[in-house]
Amino acid sequence: MAGVLILEDGTCFPGNVFGYRGQSQGEVVINTGILGYQEILTDPTYYGQIVVLTYPLIGNYGINPSDNQGLKPYVQGLIVRENCSYYNNWRATGSLENFLASNGIVGLEGVDTRALSRHIRAKGPLKGIITSASMSQAIISRNTKNLVQEVTTQEVKYFPGSGPKVVVIDLGIKKDILEALKRKGFEIYLVPSWFSEEQILAFNPQGIFLSNGPGDPKDVPEVIEVVKSLIGKLPIFGIALGHQIISLALGANTYKMKFGHRGVNYPVQDVLTKRVYITSQNHGYEIEEATLPQDVFVSHRNLNDGTMEGLRHKFLPIFSIQYHPEVSSEQEDLVFKEFHEVMVG
Amino acid sequence: MPKRQDIKKVLVIGSGPIVIGQAAEFDYAGTQACRALKEEGVEIVLVNSNPATIMTDEDIADRIYIEPLTKEFLEEIIYTEKPQGLLPTLGGQVGLNLAKELAEQGILARAGVELLGTPLEAIQKAEDRELFKQMLGKIDEPVPQSDIVGNVEAAVKLAEEIGYPVIVRPAYTLGGSGGGFADTETELRDIASKGLKSSPINQILIEKSVKGWKEFEYEVMRDSKDNCIIICDMENVDPVGVHTGDSIVVAPSQTLTTEEQKMLKDASIKIIRALGIQGGCNVQFALNSDTKEYIVIEVNPRVSRSSALASKATGFPIAKITAKIALGYTLDEIPNNVTGGTLANYVPALDYLVLKIPRWPFDKFTLANRSLGSQMKATGEVMAIGKTFEMALQKGIHSLELDTKELLDKRFADIDDYELERRLAKPDDERLFLIGEALRRGYSIERLAFLTEINKYFLNKIAGLVKLETEILPKAKVEDVILEAKKLGFSDRKLASIWGLSEQLITDIRMDLGIEASFKRVDTYGGETNTVSPYYYSTYGEKDQVTVTNKDKVIVLGSGPIRIGQGIEFDYCCVHSAWALQEEEIEAIVINNNPETVSTDFDTADRLYFEPLTKEDVLNVIHKEKPLGVIVQFGGQTAINLAKPLKEAGIKILGTSMEDIDRAEDREKFDAILEATGIKRPEGRAARSAGEAKAIADQLGFPVLVRPSYVLGGRAMEIIYSLEELEDYLATAVKVAPDHPVLVDRYLQGKEVEIDAICDGQDILIPGIMEHIERAGVHSGDSTARYPALTLKEEEIATLVDYTQRLALALNTKGLINIQYVIANGEVNVLEVNPRSSRTIPYLSKVTGVPMVKLAAKIMLGKTLREMGYEPGLLPNRGLVAVKMPVFSFAKLIDVETSLGPEMKSTGEVLGLDKNPTKALYKALLAAGYVIPRKGRILATIADKDKKEALPILERLDHLGFELVATRGTAQLLREAGLKVEVVNKIKEGSPHVADIIKEGKIDLVINTLTKGKTPERDGFRIRRAAVDFSVPCLTSLDLAVAVLEVLESMIRVKALQDYDKGGRTSGIS
Repeated sequence: MAGVLILEDGTCFPGNVFGYRGQSQGEVVINTGILGYQEILTDPTYYGQIVVLTYPLIGNYGINPSDNQGLKPYVQGLIVRENCSYYNNWRATGSLENFLASNGIVGLEGVDTRALSRHIRAKGPLKGIITSASMSQAIISRNTKNLVQEVTTQEVKYFPGSGPKVVVIDLGIKKDILEALKRKGFEIYLVPSWFSEEQILAFNPQGIFLSNGPGDPKDVPEVIEVVKSLIGKLPIFGIALGHQIISLALGANTYKMKFGHRGVNYPVQDVLTKRVYITSQNHGYEIEEATLPQDVFVSHRNLNDGTMEGLRHKFLPIFSIQYHPEVSSEQEDLVFKEFHEVMVG
Repeated sequence: MPKRQDIKKVLVIGSGPIVIGQAAEFDYAGTQACRALKEEGVEIVLVNSNPATIMTDEDIADRIYIEPLTKEFLEEIIYTEKPQGLLPTLGGQVGLNLAKELAEQGILARAGVELLGTPLEAIQKAEDRELFKQMLGKIDEPVPQSDIVGNVEAAVKLAEEIGYPVIVRPAYTLGGSGGGFADTETELRDIASKGLKSSPINQILIEKSVKGWKEFEYEVMRDSKDNCIIICDMENVDPVGVHTGDSIVVAPSQTLTTEEQKMLKDASIKIIRALGIQGGCNVQFALNSDTKEYIVIEVNPRVSRSSALASKATGFPIAKITAKIALGYTLDEIPNNVTGGTLANYVPALDYLVLKIPRWPFDKFTLANRSLGSQMKATGEVMAIGKTFEMALQKGIHSLELDTKELLDKRFADIDDYELERRLAKPDDERLFLIGEALRRGYSIERLAFLTEINKYFLNKIAGLVKLETEILPKAKVEDVILEAKKLGFSDRKLASIWGLSEQLITDIRMDLGIEASFKRVDTYGGETNTVSPYYYSTYGEKDQVTVTNKDKVIVLGSGPIRIGQGIEFDYCCVHSAWALQEEEIEAIVINNNPETVSTDFDTADRLYFEPLTKEDVLNVIHKEKPLGVIVQFGGQTAINLAKPLKEAGIKILGTSMEDIDRAEDREKFDAILEATGIKRPEGRAARSAGEAKAIADQLGFPVLVRPSYVLGGRAMEIIYSLEELEDYLATAVKVAPDHPVLVDRYLQGKEVEIDAICDGQDILIPGIMEHIERAGVHSGDSTARYPALTLKEEEIATLVDYTQRLALALNTKGLINIQYVIANGEVNVLEVNPRSSRTIPYLSKVTGVPMVKLAAKIMLGKTLREMGYEPGLLPNRGLVAVKMPVFSFAKLIDVETSLGPEMKSTGEVLGLDKNPTKALYKALLAAGYVIPRKGRILATIADKDKKEALPILERLDHLGFELVATRGTAQLLREAGLKVEVVNKIKEGSPHVADIIKEGKIDLVINTLTKGKTPERDGFRIRRAAVDFSVPCLTSLDLAVAVLEVLESMIRVKALQDYDKGGRTSGIS
């Protein structure tokens, strides 16, 4: 069935609808990773967004239950050059198309994704609508204020471990990050995003971890306030949205990037060791470096565009990174080991 | 860490001649590395025995040594040049082995030369199987059960322990040379004994086979700060069992999940760290497709064929960055040329798919064993870029320039099902087409997956194409489906045949519908960052990304995949022509599809289109760029073949016109030119039927030289001695038809001379004359050629110059012309005229110092020789002798006849340079890998027709102290001449026979002249094969034997004081 992506600036990208046959809207974001479509679909950070994959052949290895990052797919829509109807992998249990269809996600294939990606890069963030009818339609602005509340856990979850006790504030945590925390042996209390300082401290944790998640960090002022109150009381570590919230809590400002970082090939340098890591990233907001308080310094930097990728407090055990370390055993080991060390002293 | 200031002069070792397993990729890597070093102000000392390389050009390196790649020569160069560092990882396995040898023997330490980049220890750990296994064991990376053995019995015992099938891998060899799979003890004994022999350290690895597992390669890079990046991962479509050089490969991997990918990435980084490599490295894995089990197959601690492919696939210049890392830089300090703004410390993000298909030489070696296994057999490869797998695959097939031009071909329709399945299960060079054929017959994907062990994902993609072609497209309306078909890579030619229309009509229809190729940039950032790399591929139905400039531009057509007869020489010419255009302020645009070459480095020309070299694809680019014209002279037969269709499409061919090219190639038109210019050629005519051919031969008298017209490299050219042989030839070797004439000429035995000249339409410059050491009859590409021609008389030279001038003018040559002559009975005859660049251009340019390609390219733009400062005529000899010697890859090609004839067989060449002709020849022999013994036993088996001529040669060898061994006939002759000789059985006389004693290592040199016939049963064939298989030098030409003899006689020898009066025998030293 013929379909089209209509951007809010009026540009249209034609294609064919696959997966769920319906209409869908959201911010259109570009991911340049080659693998990992299933992880992207189910990563809560993409909540409310239409994801464009620039690698042209998608769906090759099907879908398998164990690679989901959240409970369900969170993207609003998926745009690809080619959906591979024939999948092949020993773990696969179904096709991408069926997965989208059964989860109510609209897909659009046959799109010139290179042209779309270049358009978005030139124009900055744009909302769009995928529809099967070729009518021009105003983009209805969606209430995006409650994205985190919609993806966070509804109840406290406990994961035993032999290591330090950590409260994980779930802003939309990816399964692989949770798994990485478990691998490090932490004793974990995964709590909803709306938990208060008292509720958190009641677990008597040795450290606080703020996860990744969707949307604008300023949309969750309550979490920022909680983090503010925890500063100086406990070691705090955050990734992605967690990093942005820690920055806001420390007094810095954030802004929406013209072209977000979504992909698996961003070189990030550790400012202290000068080592460079190829990182996976997924964010559309960035910290305004000039607003960082004096006690905080930039610990990591993106080698492509010089943006800030991590921060560190000069004397408190607070640090955070913008990129996703869980995609590399080496990076994951490095950051969680440090978190472990600051908690045990 | 910034650049080291103490390194001012660096030695770079090239990879030597092109052989199977080591092709143009190392010229590409070496050239790129040299340019990177030059950027840093480092003085480069370059050593390579291969003259047909860009790296040995004066604008690439500062001090160039075209010398044999042996320890002794390198040592000499090191002491002369006193470099501070040596870059060991750019010259393939040859360069690496040499560097390792120099380091291990303390030569580098004594001369104060540091091994730059990857340290010796890392090289040893990666290259020595035992150390490698230990290292992987320490870091818990899985390896297949295996062990190193030093003899056949131990191999058999080990195989019993770990169970068959096993794989045999000799230590330190190229392209898996001498290895193979063994299912049984008998097979193992055979493969193991060859493997032991081919390993320089007489070791082989016997390993449990993981045949059928998926195979992946990772290109990894590490710097001194321990930053590691994975540049590219690649998946072999052919599973483990077929050498990766013989596999169809896709990048990026198509069937891995994120989790599997992470596992293999983590392992790659662990391994490069454990080895301590600084620079690029390639890691190969086998992955069980039903579990997550994997093993590490191999690590190459250097740039490789795969790294060249990965560079071209991603735009990441692996060799360049490796060179910079060796100078001390770290990844975060090196700029990225693709974006012009970011750093090299990144991982390319592809938004397209790249596919490589190997090119095998079996169109030339029709009797060879075509099966593919652990020993690489391909001479070259093509790469294709597409938005879909289907498009990349079809572009790849179109780029191969095979007789089979499309996935489905009628010629496979006659194979019965039994044979089809047998060939599907035992891979050979045509498997891709056989899969297509099986799908056409309705084989299920399951059945094919069972037979081929190829992942169903790929089979399904191919099945989709077959279904489209056989079921969907024929029934559909053209305008409804043509865009979809073009997106999947169907050629207009193919669509024309599906719909029974003409190709032109299909093209017209799609143009009317506005369906034209659009071009996307290879930017490696998935469109995320603005990029500057001028590197494009075609697609359909998408937005175009090329910014066409207003400048004047010219398209240079490349030469496609490397094959016998069309090697790296033509790429050399393409690159130089592009540079010459740029000097004239003209934009140079290159179209080519060979990922191994310098011409397909996006830094070479102003724009690079990575496309098949077919009429349709080339016209697409022309349509886009609107150039002044197209240059076809430098891209070998590939480009020449395009001249006619391009001309017909109204495109201007620069330089010598298409009509004149045709006049040189069309026998009858050419005869008319000869008549008009009064030049002789061996009598002969074109035959358009078998009967006509026989009549011509009968009239000329045997022997005759026969060949199809319009071929390169003397394909299917033979010397025929009788009517019976001619009948056989016409029945099996060629198709003779009115539109496919066969040329029948009298065979003149004489001295062959070759001239390359440059003509501007008025004046002719002849930089030099080359003479062949072997008498006429051996293909010029397989002949040993010497510059200058030392044995020619003055009047012969005058005639040659005169004829060359007459022919060049008669053909209205604008650019290069190559003419081959034979001088027989004091008369100069012309054999062949090629109004285009030849194989000898790089060689002759280098030794004469005349930039021949540059002059020719500028002439095509309208300049004259005089304007460029060159007086016409023959240039005086430069004070050196340069001997070009062919190099063969017979060791990799089982069952191939090694004797030489009019059909070309060599894959590469070396040059021996010296002031003294004998020394130049000796260097050429050394460089070509002949281990010429100074004493020992010579096996002489001489055909009756050559016996008289051979006797004095054998006498002189006897005089030098060699022991002679011969079969009965030759032995009798030698005895009669009073020589001592040991008699050995012919094969039919029973063991131990001639082949046995070669296998047992009892012979140091074989002199064997050819009797007629090519069937493998003959003694001669078995003797020559045994010599190749067991690395014993074998001379099949008496001319070359004389040359070798001269070398041997010139060597310094010892003699007891008492013996000086006696004369007679002396003993050689070794």
